[in-house]
Amino acid sequence: MLLETRGLSKNYGAVVALSSGDLSVQAGEIHALMGANGAGKSTLVKLLTGDVTPNAGVILLDGREVRFPSPASARKAGLASVYQDVSLVPLLTIVQNLRLTGTTMEAIRPWLEELELEDVDLTELARDLPTPTLHLLDLAQALASMPRVLILDEVTATLPADLSERVFRVARRWRSEGRSVVVISHRMTEVKALCDRATVLRDGATVGVVDLESSGQEEIVSLMLGPEAASVVVSEGSVADREKVSKVDRRPAVEVRGLRSGILQDVSFTLQRGEVLGIVALEGQGQADLFECLSGNRRPAAGEILVEGKARRFRHPHDAIGAGLVLVPADRALALLRQRSVLENIALPMVNRLRNWGLINSGSERRRVKSAIDRLEIDTRAQSRVMRLSGGNQQKVTIARWLATGFMTLLCFDPTRGIDIRTKEQIYKVLRELAASGSAVLLFTSEMPEIQLACDRALVMYGGRVVAELSAHDATEAALLRAAHGLGRAAAAEAAS
Amino acid sequence: MSAAATAGRPPGGPRFGRLLRRNAWTLGTYALFVAVMIFTISIHPDYGPFEVQSLVVGALPLAFAAVAQTCVVLGGGIDLSIGAMMAVANVLAARYMLGHDFQTALLISVAVLFGGTLAGALNGLIALRTKVPDIVVTLAMSFVWGGVALLILPKPGGGAPDKFGELASGSLFTPWIPNGILLLVGVVALVWIPLRFRGLGLALYAIGSDRTAAFRRGVRVGPTRVFSDALGGFLAACGGLALLMSTGIGSPLAGTIYTLSGVSAIVLGGVSLAGGRGGVTGPIVAAFVLTLVPADLILSGTDPNLGQVIQGVLIVLVVMAGGLAPLLRRRAPRTTDETGVAAA
Repeated sequence: MLLETRGLSKNYGAVVALSSGDLSVQAGEIHALMGANGAGKSTLVKLLTGDVTPNAGVILLDGREVRFPSPASARKAGLASVYQDVSLVPLLTIVQNLRLTGTTMEAIRPWLEELELEDVDLTELARDLPTPTLHLLDLAQALASMPRVLILDEVTATLPADLSERVFRVARRWRSEGRSVVVISHRMTEVKALCDRATVLRDGATVGVVDLESSGQEEIVSLMLGPEAASVVVSEGSVADREKVSKVDRRPAVEVRGLRSGILQDVSFTLQRGEVLGIVALEGQGQADLFECLSGNRRPAAGEILVEGKARRFRHPHDAIGAGLVLVPADRALALLRQRSVLENIALPMVNRLRNWGLINSGSERRRVKSAIDRLEIDTRAQSRVMRLSGGNQQKVTIARWLATGFMTLLCFDPTRGIDIRTKEQIYKVLRELAASGSAVLLFTSEMPEIQLACDRALVMYGGRVVAELSAHDATEAALLRAAHGLGRAAAAEAAS
Repeated sequence: MSAAATAGRPPGGPRFGRLLRRNAWTLGTYALFVAVMIFTISIHPDYGPFEVQSLVVGALPLAFAAVAQTCVVLGGGIDLSIGAMMAVANVLAARYMLGHDFQTALLISVAVLFGGTLAGALNGLIALRTKVPDIVVTLAMSFVWGGVALLILPKPGGGAPDKFGELASGSLFTPWIPNGILLLVGVVALVWIPLRFRGLGLALYAIGSDRTAAFRRGVRVGPTRVFSDALGGFLAACGGLALLMSTGIGSPLAGTIYTLSGVSAIVLGGVSLAGGRGGVTGPIVAAFVLTLVPADLILSGTDPNLGQVIQGVLIVLVVMAGGLAPLLRRRAPRTTDETGVAAA
């Protein structure tokens, strides 16, 4: 066994992040680490890379016990990690970042070529480069140290499909050279295609090791969710009960006409009440600009936004919220007051709305917040500070705040990025319910299979334009992918049929 | 890179343009200094060596305080005890140098500089060990050192040999270049140039920019923090000695104003208070600007009390102008930022 951990545990005060982390990775395998949000995957990785030190347990490398007081010591021992959040120093150039780790240009050059990064200007500040590029640079740098175990923590969550493929290529090459890769990913298909075995964590403990060759998706899911929760999860498709929707009066909630801003070029579409409209696009095709304009974060250069038939100009997110358009951004940290409690976070927009600037009616506030929490099944054990919640629960809080406040149109920008299956299901269920009760939902997601799960219709954006519109029935992953790569409406329709 | 990004660049190649953009603030500080200097000469036509000398002697303590604060702030910290440490260095030197010759004075200076370094390191160690924020630790230490200064020398007094004062006010070569400027350049070059081109300097900028990322890159965050605080203490002690050179006596309260005026100088000099960004020449030039402006006001017959107001307005205006540049860049269409790799 190349790498083994036994009974690793870590707690932060009273909160136990990992209680019993067991992992064994053989030489020459790609090993997946799976589990719901808050199961302890990231903590295990941080312990393996010396980011934090364990409270108990041992790490064995080649059967010998090792200790990693810092990431530098782990790297020296042959464990290198690419983290979920970019770990390049933003105000230094890439060259300077490489010098910090003692990576020579000779060592990294072949990996820059392998990852097709030859054209990136390494004298740019890290801050000035796009996130996907930084992730790949981080990977190239990890590879340059020739680690025996390469750890990829949700690297593909922020990467578009074509860049993810470059990462997989490198991982397979690593395996063929007799080295090992540990992959953390929520994308089941990705894991099935890439990995050999999977270790599943639940509630901070290892609950099983699965051979991916011989076992099915269901086995992993049931391990991840535990015996009692597994029965709750329903098979794909049943999330959307689309028959009910047609009862709702179909009036346009938001109409966008000829919108231009950033790279958006003449975007027009109508979002109906009672529908979930999906937006599909590769990284950077204008979807971010679209959501910024709709949520009042940015003033469009041209075009108009009609809400309930009336043209509106949003000068500030407050205006958009007042018109009933509310945003759930991808970056949870952007939406939440990390130091404050769950209650305060959910009640914030409600309080802001009060005409009366007097005392806050804490009784009614508490009731509305409570019902939102119940509806989304938010785990509130660590509720005194939102930053202590797991990623999935934080995302639920950003949605819950709008449930408690009330809105007409929910704008969700990749709300399920890096979130486990169960939470995803819950979020999609809530989105469907909202649509059924007459609200409109605009949903951008980077995970294309989810369009058919949650949406009634999907628009595909490419190069700042809407290039295709597909019904939920036609929006198969293949059809969406083709359209998202700009392969034309006809081609997309053909792929769907 | 798309065509739109390259089109917006000034002539002279992308590298030159980027160099200009990254150092825009420092260059702006130089321009401000030149403008203030031109104004000074215009209202004071017979500006000569004596005026240059008094400017340098007056600006020297502030310049050292600013460089001290720069070292700490670049590493992502803040030191509110710099003025108080200057005061202690000042009264210690004044008390023990009184009546001694130049050689002894130099020995005492070395001891004082050593003590300053230790005091700075102590700030860093306390903040690191107790996990109390450095702003709180150094605020508390500023009271401690302020009290110590009063214990050493309850009222202004002491002194230093004349030759010691000439380290700042004399002139070795021409009267147009007072020794003070050589001293300042010498000390800063001695400390800064080796730092800038070594791993330690890089580590300092790295922890100021993003502590977690720096840790993951393999930077030893704790020792680097203590080092930056110790460097700040060393330069604060330099400032205390410079104060003695310029006034000739020790004063337990004279140092305290330099904490906040030092912060003003680094803000004016383009050092980001969030850490990780800026250099050392900007704050030095800014220290000269901040010394020159009140002098000009007296020369032009303005009420000296108005000087404070004008200084404050100046700082706000400069920082506003500095904040404008990135804003203008953001307004421009940002095609490259989002598409980067896909386009490349």
